[in-house]
Amino acid sequence: MDARVFVYVAHSAGTIDDTALELATAAQRLFPGSSPTAIVAGSGVDAVAREAARSFDEVWKLDTEALAYPNAELLRPLLVKLLTPGSMTLLPHNTFGLDLGPGLAVRLGATYVPDVVDADGLEGTTLKVVRQEFAGQVSAHVHCNVANGAVITIRPGAFPAAQSGSASGQVVDRSTDADGIAARRRFVELIEAETGDVDITREEVLVSVGRGIGDEENLALVEELSEAMGAAVCCSRPIIDAKWLENSRQVGTSGKTVKPKVYLALGISGSFQHLGGVKGNPFLLAVNKNPKAPIFQSADVGVVADLMDLLPVLTEKIRQGH
Amino acid sequence: MDDAMVQRPFSPASATIAGIPADLLFLLVTLVGVGVFAWVIWRRLEPLRRARPDPRLSRIPERLVMVLKYWLAQWRQPRYMLAGVLHIVVFFGFLVLAIRATELVLLGIFEGFEMPGLGGGLGAAYHVVKDYAATAVFVAVVILAVRRGLFRPARYAVPEKLGKDHTPEALLVLGLIGTLMVSESIFEASLFAAGAGSGHATALTLTWAFERLLSGTEVPALASVNLAAYAVHDVTFFAFLCLLPFGKHFHVVTSLFSVFFMRLETGTVKPVLHGVPDADLDHLESFGVKTFEDFTWKHMLDFYSCVDCGRCSDRCPANRVGRPLSPRFVSIKARDYAFEHYPAFRRSAAEPSPLMGGIYGEDEIWSCTTCGACEEECPLGIEYIDKIVDLRRGMVDDGNVPQSLQKPLASLEKRGNPWGKLEKKRAEWATGNGSGTPVKLVENGETAGTLYFVDSITAYDDRMQNIARATARILARADVDFVVIGTAEKDSGNDVRRFGEEMLFQVLKEENTESIRAAEAQRIVVSDPHTLNTLRHDYDHIPPVHHVSELIADAVACGELTLKPMTDPSKAYTYHDPCYLGRHNGSYEAPRRALDGIPGLRRVEMEGNCRDRAFCCGGGGLMLFYEPEEEQRMGVVRVQQAREAGADVIVTACPYCLTNIEDAIKVAGLEGEMEALDLVELIDGQLEREVEAPDLVELIDGQLEQPQT
Amino acid sequence: MEILVCVKRVPDPAENEISIGPDGGDIERDDLVYSVNEWDNYAVEEAVRIAERTGGNVTIVSVDDDEGEEVVRRQMAMGASQGLLLTDEAFEGSDGLGTATILAAAAKNGTYDLILTGAQADDGAAQVGGMLAALLDWPYASVVNLVETNSDGPLRIGREIDGGSQEINEIETPCVLSIQTGINEPRYVGVRGIRKVASIELPVMDAEALGISAETVGTAGAKVRRVDYFVPEQRAAAEMIEGSTEEIADRIVDLLRAQGGIR
Repeated sequence: MDARVFVYVAHSAGTIDDTALELATAAQRLFPGSSPTAIVAGSGVDAVAREAARSFDEVWKLDTEALAYPNAELLRPLLVKLLTPGSMTLLPHNTFGLDLGPGLAVRLGATYVPDVVDADGLEGTTLKVVRQEFAGQVSAHVHCNVANGAVITIRPGAFPAAQSGSASGQVVDRSTDADGIAARRRFVELIEAETGDVDITREEVLVSVGRGIGDEENLALVEELSEAMGAAVCCSRPIIDAKWLENSRQVGTSGKTVKPKVYLALGISGSFQHLGGVKGNPFLLAVNKNPKAPIFQSADVGVVADLMDLLPVLTEKIRQGH
Repeated sequence: MDDAMVQRPFSPASATIAGIPADLLFLLVTLVGVGVFAWVIWRRLEPLRRARPDPRLSRIPERLVMVLKYWLAQWRQPRYMLAGVLHIVVFFGFLVLAIRATELVLLGIFEGFEMPGLGGGLGAAYHVVKDYAATAVFVAVVILAVRRGLFRPARYAVPEKLGKDHTPEALLVLGLIGTLMVSESIFEASLFAAGAGSGHATALTLTWAFERLLSGTEVPALASVNLAAYAVHDVTFFAFLCLLPFGKHFHVVTSLFSVFFMRLETGTVKPVLHGVPDADLDHLESFGVKTFEDFTWKHMLDFYSCVDCGRCSDRCPANRVGRPLSPRFVSIKARDYAFEHYPAFRRSAAEPSPLMGGIYGEDEIWSCTTCGACEEECPLGIEYIDKIVDLRRGMVDDGNVPQSLQKPLASLEKRGNPWGKLEKKRAEWATGNGSGTPVKLVENGETAGTLYFVDSITAYDDRMQNIARATARILARADVDFVVIGTAEKDSGNDVRRFGEEMLFQVLKEENTESIRAAEAQRIVVSDPHTLNTLRHDYDHIPPVHHVSELIADAVACGELTLKPMTDPSKAYTYHDPCYLGRHNGSYEAPRRALDGIPGLRRVEMEGNCRDRAFCCGGGGLMLFYEPEEEQRMGVVRVQQAREAGADVIVTACPYCLTNIEDAIKVAGLEGEMEALDLVELIDGQLEREVEAPDLVELIDGQLEQPQT
Repeated sequence: MEILVCVKRVPDPAENEISIGPDGGDIERDDLVYSVNEWDNYAVEEAVRIAERTGGNVTIVSVDDDEGEEVVRRQMAMGASQGLLLTDEAFEGSDGLGTATILAAAAKNGTYDLILTGAQADDGAAQVGGMLAALLDWPYASVVNLVETNSDGPLRIGREIDGGSQEINEIETPCVLSIQTGINEPRYVGVRGIRKVASIELPVMDAEALGISAETVGTAGAKVRRVDYFVPEQRAAAEMIEGSTEEIADRIVDLLRAQGGIR
């Protein structure tokens, strides 16, 4: 494999994102033996670049005021200018990566390989990956011709994060290349998601409820159980879309990331978007009516049951135990 | 007449007021009063002239019966006993006093006027009756005023967002009626006190009381009292008349017409536009009611006739559980709109404004389960379901449909059922896991005298498939040769139509009609009252439709079905009337007879909440998918009513009721204490399990001979 | 504002259980019900609302075979005045870039101020919008959950970013936006709505009409090729508790207590 491999290092609040280390793993799985170059873009990112240098042999630093907020429209022409033709570029498949990636691939004349969840290796110029379709109901083996390079987005959580090494990579300052960049899309402001009355990101025991609860009224059963357990209630996206709970209770990639010790998933099917928000490897107990629900693949303990039957009994037993 | 003139020492017509001949003044009052009244009525009719057509002149004899029953006999009034009886008193008082009031008006213009035919004995008798009538009305009015003003029954309350309380209007009108009664009585009493007429006022009447009060008064003073009483009565009378079309007391004028034109059927839904056949619906520019003028004239008349008595809302399950719907205000808000946009003395508003988002909210209109409790209760037969359906048609036409309903509607269109389940699985309940009874399918080319139309929820829902299997076993046991359509059966569309998606309903109806005809059956049996209702009322040219409960009741009565006694006679059973079996199709007794056919079954009634007053379980069809704002579930209220009646088991005869009630038992935390069953499940469990009867064997053989598909 | 909305016909996930066909080459399609991709439905609604505010027309475009007509018409019934079906045997088997190339040719054929796509479709790639923008050299924003129009000035848009926050941007037109669900409440299209647009002529364009050389699109031009579908082996599946409701509840209580889940 001769092509150069680049990894985009996302960061926030001065630390590199989990996804950057996951991309490092993915780079090794996709292109074994490669030595990826990390790209750290932003404003005042010395520390981040140094941190990245512990995991990557080479780090390109793009440090300029204009990139204070990672605007894909600004970054894309810059990367087109910097990246070696025919190189392999790895991005996280999140709302930043899918903002940047497709256009970048077109601009580089590279093949776009989106949302990779697993790697089957590289044969000549054919990159073999695994993707998911139909909301994760089926997987697909996908072969990509990467002769002219590729832009690859990696699903967050699909690859384990590489151990943050202690190697000291070289930080190369490419900031001058960013001089005079401009875009027809300008970042204005960030409207933070509300925190709400309960900060689920700080709770150790969470009772999480999904579409399987059926009716808004049934939430009362969940709340009673949660109260008996001394836990907090959170939920998956359909509950938010139905406006049954406030946004601040949503766990998932489009909601909060939680790190509880115990996670009781009630009527949650277990999409990756939801489980992407559950970190810290909690004890996961799932209750679902559908024995085929994907959640049972991720759970430690599963129960196939009707919530309406189980919850009142469970709540009562917990109350009695006190 | 001469006698009367001679006997009267004074008379309003011959008096003078401030030097002006009183008869001229009273003539003026009359002309102004009648003129204003006629003008206002003319103006009130303007929106009705702009309204949509509504042919209501068919079946006149039936309509006259309605008038006799609901208008004259005040049939529904005693359903609320105190208010009803008081209303009957006032109503009949008004009928009696109408003659007297007319006579009085003319008496002020024509000296010594007397109603033709009311001289002599008849007149004397009439006077006795009307004195008592006036007294009774007065007493009733006082009680009503105290009740309204002091005790303030909850059902008259006006929620803050819907404007001011209506009590002042009620009290004003009661005051006017009281004034009429008193002034008429004083007028009479003053004549008696002056020795005019023969003898004295009828004992224990208002007139009698005033006569005693006035006795001994000098004749000139009595003449003034007489004139003043007359003038007060005359002016009050016309004030009252002209005030009627400005508020809820318009019903005094319109109720007769509302009742005459009332709907003669239940369970039906009005066509999109009267006079437009289904085949031409595609040509219509717009569907349903979007502006006030899209209502039919009869529906506008309903708005005028609403008395604000609150009985509809008192009985409305949606209102009861805190959904944003109160049928009373559907009428009141529309009437206020009509008065505002078609004012009596100003120009009408130029542009009609949209009703949705104006006087009505979307959630309000989607909240209705079409249970019909409001219409059952309204003393004047005001229609609500047709209006709600028309408003929904308007919203559907504008694409304004809650997201929660869009999926099931799309699935109904594509797959013929609201869950989007595969067509090929529609008859799996019968062919798959052990129904115990082989079932013939039309799609296999089989026919039979009876077609069992299963419908979506019963065909697909794991729990409700029990109903289908139990029905099949009961039919087989009762020697009924029946057939099921199979994969070609579509949702019957009862609730699709009632949710306003008329064109989708038409598609479903067309496809089902074809399948039904292909079955060549002489009758249709259903286990779902929604299916019963729509096949019976919305479909054309198909065989007669029966609910399985009727068959069971008849089969038990004539011994075709024998039922085992209950094993646990301590349990109490109550029957929940499904709205579409009971109120909409009048079948209250058959299911009860079927239940009573089980030896040893102890049945209790949810008194006050049964039969035509049954409380809706939460609604069927698309209502299962709608996510209403509510404080409580209807089903929970219903389960509590059953519990209060002492029931352990709620028996119903509708898969939707069963779904809602079973859920409600869980929500109410009464699992293990109460249970719900469908009638067919209960009956099926009590069938004597004999050795296969020959006919059943035949049936099985017939099935085995069918080619395997 | 002249708006082009790109839509895709997909198996409706709510109405179907996706299973894999016998040879693994495709999913079982016999019993599938197709409808418009959910995200695209929001995009069409948003386009119609923008056109209602600013004037102008909405055009629905789809790369599909004849079967696509139904979906294009259904979306037109939401309030679009025109539709366009891009059909050619050469288009079959297109990867994301192929589809974007076909759509870009159609976009160049008209004069549009704004192109909307759904944020993603059934394959979860979320790629066509961004590629289309790059091919047209227009600015792009993905997962858009707010669009505000100003007279003449740039659009003010919101992007739903990870963590549920909203990133507000200004973007110049013409531009491409990929629309996230929840941006609006799409209107209902019933049988009647579809019949109303049934008589509107739906132009169909093939590769030649679009000026696309066949080898750049379809299977011929695809650099990304799906080999087969499969269901991944279940890894470390959960320990399943069975029994009566009582027994299950008892076991759950024990487990939760052991794990510190009851406090």
